[in-house]
Amino acid sequence: MTDQAAAGAAASPVRDGLTLGLAVGTSGLAFGAAAVSSGLSVAQTCALSLLAYTGASQFALAGAVAAGGGLAAGTASAILLGSRNTLYGLRLASLLRVRGPGRLLAAHGVTDESTAVALAQPDGASARAGFRATFASLYLTWNLSTALGALGAGRVGSPQSLGLEVVGPAAFLALIWPRLRAGAAERGVGLLGAAIALAATPLWPPGVPVILAAAAALAGALATRPASRPAAPEAGPQSGPP
Amino acid sequence: MTGTWIAVLVTAAGCYGLKLAGLTVPQRLLAHPVSRRFAEFVPVALLAALTAVQTVASGRSLHADPPQLAGMGAAVVALLARAPFLAVVVAAAATAAAVRALGLG
Repeated sequence: MTDQAAAGAAASPVRDGLTLGLAVGTSGLAFGAAAVSSGLSVAQTCALSLLAYTGASQFALAGAVAAGGGLAAGTASAILLGSRNTLYGLRLASLLRVRGPGRLLAAHGVTDESTAVALAQPDGASARAGFRATFASLYLTWNLSTALGALGAGRVGSPQSLGLEVVGPAAFLALIWPRLRAGAAERGVGLLGAAIALAATPLWPPGVPVILAAAAALAGALATRPASRPAAPEAGPQSGPP
Repeated sequence: MTGTWIAVLVTAAGCYGLKLAGLTVPQRLLAHPVSRRFAEFVPVALLAALTAVQTVASGRSLHADPPQLAGMGAAVVALLARAPFLAVVVAAAATAAAVRALGLG
């Protein structure tokens, strides 16, 4: 691919990633305000957004602090919630193809948003461009709005009055939409994942139901196994990647 | 206070380690058709779950918030009309904000 072609292909993922990061990042206001009111200091609140940089885990730890103690259990559950980023990494590794220091940096940027944007792209170059744009934009916005929320700016205006609370789910739906249209297997996995998470919501703390939805991916992988490779059941001489 | 700092830093280290682990898993472990399909399906399953949970869940309870449902309805309509990504997100946010401004939230 030429540089011009790469730049042309990258225009849309960069724009989509920047916008998504800006819009979703404002929910850092809510995290900053919630974390401080649950008893974390402003510095601790900002450190979480800078260093953990994964919303569900951050809210979980703040919740444990608010509940008064249980720090070890709170830390354990916050880390457990981070495991969905491990699952995303499995898929992202072959798309991003990063090594060495680049991989250490890219790892920090693995979130729902950067995964969704990268995955929606037609090729590796635009996947990488979309991932980087989303990471940069979301990281800056999330951390700035965390600091503002922690300092009390959350009381000034509510992101809800701008409809920003639906930006996340609407963006996720838009980004997986092409996959859902691509085949019955994808639709089945998506619907099963959503159903598992909703059924688990009353039973488990927030964050866990989404991780449990990975069972839908496992079910899909097992169910579609015979169709996953054309004809040749076992590896033949030409079964390598094209 | 020190205990809280330890919790903050251990959480951060754990979350980072989990992110790095996913990117570092040897690709040959994903060569098996089932694990390869699993890795491909995971984002669809988790992002669909996240979409559903963020739309109708609040903590451990499920409840329908009219502005959010209207916003997601607008997103679906925009997607069916093959609107570009930004238009989908803007339609959802504007609809949710409008319904909330009308006092239906």
